[in-house]
Amino acid sequence: MKINIILAGVGGQGILTIAAVLDTAALASNLNIKQSEVHGMSQRGGAVQSHVRISDKQIFSDLIPIGKADMIISVEPMELLRYLPFLKQDGLLVTDSNPFLNIAKYPELEKLYTEIKSYPNNILIDAQKIAKDLGNSRATNIVLLGAASSQLPLSDESIQQAIKTLFERKGEKVVMKNIEAFKKGKEIAKEIFSKKVIL
Amino acid sequence: MKKLLLGNEALAQGAIDAGISGVYAYPGTPSTEITEYIQKSKIAKELNIHSNWSVNEKTAMEAALGMSYAGKRSLTVMKHVGLNVAADVFMNMSVSGINGGLVVVVADDPSMHSSQNEQDSRYYGKFAMIPMLEPSNQQEAYDITKYAFDLSEKFGLPVLLRMVTRLSHSRAGVTTGKRVAQNEIKLPKNERQFQLIPMHARGLYNHLIDIQPDLKAHSENSFYNELIKGTDTSFGIITAGIAYNYLMENFEDGNCPYSVLKISQYPLPKKSVKHLFDTCDKILVLEDGYPFIEELISDFLDENKKVIGRLTGDVPRVGELNPDNIGKALGFKVTESKETPKIVSGRPPELCVGCGHRDLFNAVNTLGNEADSQKVFGDIGCYALGALPPFNSINTLIDMGASITMAKGASDAGIHPAIAIIGDSTFTHSGMTGLLEAVVENTKMTVIISDNSAIAMTGAQDSSASGRLVNLCKGIGVDPGHLKVLTPLHKNLDENIDLIRDEINYDGVSVIISQRPCVQLSKEKKDNIKHLLEIAIN
Repeated sequence: MKINIILAGVGGQGILTIAAVLDTAALASNLNIKQSEVHGMSQRGGAVQSHVRISDKQIFSDLIPIGKADMIISVEPMELLRYLPFLKQDGLLVTDSNPFLNIAKYPELEKLYTEIKSYPNNILIDAQKIAKDLGNSRATNIVLLGAASSQLPLSDESIQQAIKTLFERKGEKVVMKNIEAFKKGKEIAKEIFSKKVIL
Repeated sequence: MKKLLLGNEALAQGAIDAGISGVYAYPGTPSTEITEYIQKSKIAKELNIHSNWSVNEKTAMEAALGMSYAGKRSLTVMKHVGLNVAADVFMNMSVSGINGGLVVVVADDPSMHSSQNEQDSRYYGKFAMIPMLEPSNQQEAYDITKYAFDLSEKFGLPVLLRMVTRLSHSRAGVTTGKRVAQNEIKLPKNERQFQLIPMHARGLYNHLIDIQPDLKAHSENSFYNELIKGTDTSFGIITAGIAYNYLMENFEDGNCPYSVLKISQYPLPKKSVKHLFDTCDKILVLEDGYPFIEELISDFLDENKKVIGRLTGDVPRVGELNPDNIGKALGFKVTESKETPKIVSGRPPELCVGCGHRDLFNAVNTLGNEADSQKVFGDIGCYALGALPPFNSINTLIDMGASITMAKGASDAGIHPAIAIIGDSTFTHSGMTGLLEAVVENTKMTVIISDNSAIAMTGAQDSSASGRLVNLCKGIGVDPGHLKVLTPLHKNLDENIDLIRDEINYDGVSVIISQRPCVQLSKEKKDNIKHLLEIAIN
């Protein structure tokens, strides 16, 4: 078993939190992990990514090779597409639909969505709204993690336990809100997948 | 159970477990998390391990040497260009040698993710003729750090431990071991060892030369230099540090058919290299950074084309290695992949919303529009982003402290207005001596210290300059009539422009402190800075 995940977004959007949940859950499941991340200059409002690799065998490279990522989870729709060269054929794309507008030449949203939808395996959702409706707009990243979770080699229990471990010091309410966000993301992705099968 | 650690954190835990009594460092990507890990470590606090930030890399390394002089183990940490700053002590302490174990960690940044060059620190290790280590993964980063201290004390030399960005900033599960107790104070046996007057230095230098064969022999037999024999002799592959991982990624379960010499300790083990050379058709050298090993073993006269790598173009000459460019060097077909759609725009880093540097650049740009001849000499820090749109405020950016001294030279050459923009921590790191030079000659120039009271780019660490800038400038001899403080806020724009204009028109050196804490700082830290400033005024 081996899975390669690219996490994408803009500095400050909580990508490393998704990574930390994945890492913690994988470690508790006795799996090997390598997870590279971006620190320093690029973090300031720039494009950031993290490569997460989980396997029951030895993992060599900290970086995922081109065309070998099983999925890209992005907290921002344009950032999702930046890393397409890493995605393998029929790989999964999961992204929030809300643009992060801090550059002059941001593409037209409709064109962006059309591009994303041109890949068969996509989950394009308004995760920000879902998180907000649950009463915690900061949990957008966890909604997206939930949406991707059915394709992960990690049990829901291990992910939820990891969320508990990581958010514990912020209080029980924050833990609960994030677990709700995770469940909601999972549920919505299930709906999307079932519709796609029918179509 | 394994702990999930960044390469940097694994190294830091290794240093704690090796019994260090102090870490001395200046922040710099990708090295920063090593010192931060020790600062946050409960056990390090209990053991009273020194971990406060130093003013620069030179002061850091010298303090580490002082601790070593006293017989205790010390760690000094910096990014690759930081070693340039500390090069003086680095080169000389290889001659004096050390007393307590001393490890110099240098984190290189191939591909220049957060740096102005991709210099390879292994040349420094060779230059100083000391042992060098280069871990290939997180577990090795932990293990090799403990080993480094033993090696340092065994040979009485500092040991250089080289990291690269991808190992520094990647996490994996790490098994940690037992902690060694700290050394007691124990002064050097030979009183002359740390007195490098020429008559002592010659003897010590001869000793350094004499033990070179011992360093090589140790490296030949090191557990960290492994020759893994393969069945296919069409290639023999030498990997340095993390290059090994990228190589193995190209083979299912790491089953590489070629013989591989995995290097993590230098000097380069000659016997193993020779074995590979004699038994294989071609030698492929894979190393992140410069072609250091390749250059050593290549044939200068090109009469023997056996060695390939970065110099021959089989591996890209610049930038970091990855599984893909190594696969290509092995002759593997590139995996078919999609392209990034054309509608995707670049998203470069930018100054934070509400950042004080923004308001300063707005004022400086207005003055630039008034005088075409104005040149702005920049420095290292967040405000380096002022070189990019929408500001385009900075004309130069070279190294820590160069804003002030370059402005001085340009002013001497006849460029006016000559403005230096330097951060508070960069000023105390390397700007103060340059300012003294300008004061001595009363050079017509203006130094703007953009004081956000933090080492912001690397994560808002504490700045040695906080609350001290006015008094430092006065002490250096800046005319108090031309030492001004402003608050960079949009509402103050007009008065700030007037203030800066007055100072750039002054026929001498003036200093303006543009003072507003970094927006990334916590309220607690901001309050603390306010307190420091109040003390300074009283």
